[in-house]
Amino acid sequence: MEVMLSIIICFMIIAAIVAIHARDLLSAIIAQGFVGYGLVICFLILKAPDLAIVQIVVETITLIIMVAVVLDSSRLELNVSFDRRKGGTTAVTFIFIIVLLVYFNRAISGLSKFGEHTLRMSEAYVTDAASQTGSLNLVTGILWDFRGYDTLGEATVLFTAAIGVLTILRLTGKK
Amino acid sequence: MQGMSVIVKKIAQLMSGLIFVYGVYIITHGHLTPGGGFAGGALVAGAFILLILANGSEYIKLKRQEEGSSVVESTAVLLVLVLATTGLVAGSLVFFNNFLPTGIPGRLISAGVIPLYNIFIGMEVAAALITIFLALVIYKEEISK
Repeated sequence: MEVMLSIIICFMIIAAIVAIHARDLLSAIIAQGFVGYGLVICFLILKAPDLAIVQIVVETITLIIMVAVVLDSSRLELNVSFDRRKGGTTAVTFIFIIVLLVYFNRAISGLSKFGEHTLRMSEAYVTDAASQTGSLNLVTGILWDFRGYDTLGEATVLFTAAIGVLTILRLTGKK
Repeated sequence: MQGMSVIVKKIAQLMSGLIFVYGVYIITHGHLTPGGGFAGGALVAGAFILLILANGSEYIKLKRQEEGSSVVESTAVLLVLVLATTGLVAGSLVFFNNFLPTGIPGRLISAGVIPLYNIFIGMEVAAALITIFLALVIYKEEISK
């Protein structure tokens, strides 16, 4: 399982780098879709079908919207002039990468092994959620009963996004 | 936005109903099988987006649609809040209280208020995604005139 996950995540990282550096915007979007669908397979391997369903639908809709935008405007990336002093920025980048790796290594050395984390709070959820909420799907039971505030926040985020899009795009239409 | 060819239009008409019914199934069985309000709502929105993309923007009266989906979205969020506040009033003073009887786990009508939350949040997600898509389409129509 970990080998499969590592292979998929490596492909996702490569696709993300391709998406940044592609000159053609359509291929950048397709590489970015590779990242999203790879995440779907990761969720399926980690036994999270709820997240996989949401991710695959949202990824498809996002890809459709972005492909429509790119086909409507230009397919080539604009020429962005980079900073000429490349040596200094590269050195600073490598120093930051080394510092971050050192602290990341120190941070994860205290964690338990992959897949064998200590269950304290979640154990009570797993054993009691079905009998307390009456919902066989434990994820939905936890989302709408124990963690109602979190789910309300997520709904508010989507609501705010829709209101923001309407505010920016529809000002001329509502005169 | 131009419509596509006859083949694409026909396939979109045949498929969008199935996608819509599958989305409604995911929403209403959210407390039994994987999925729930968010996944089902996104599927329902996908059915409408498929129809709009295949048939072009002259197919439906776009401006009225956008106003309707915006109203549905706001109403669904309001209904979720009202339901949560009802839990505060009925029973022991807890926000998001599950005040209805939970019933037998495994039946379609069980788990108290969780199916109602799922239905309302499914309405909200579907209407929000359709609203965002329609706002982009209408904006493009207006600036291309």
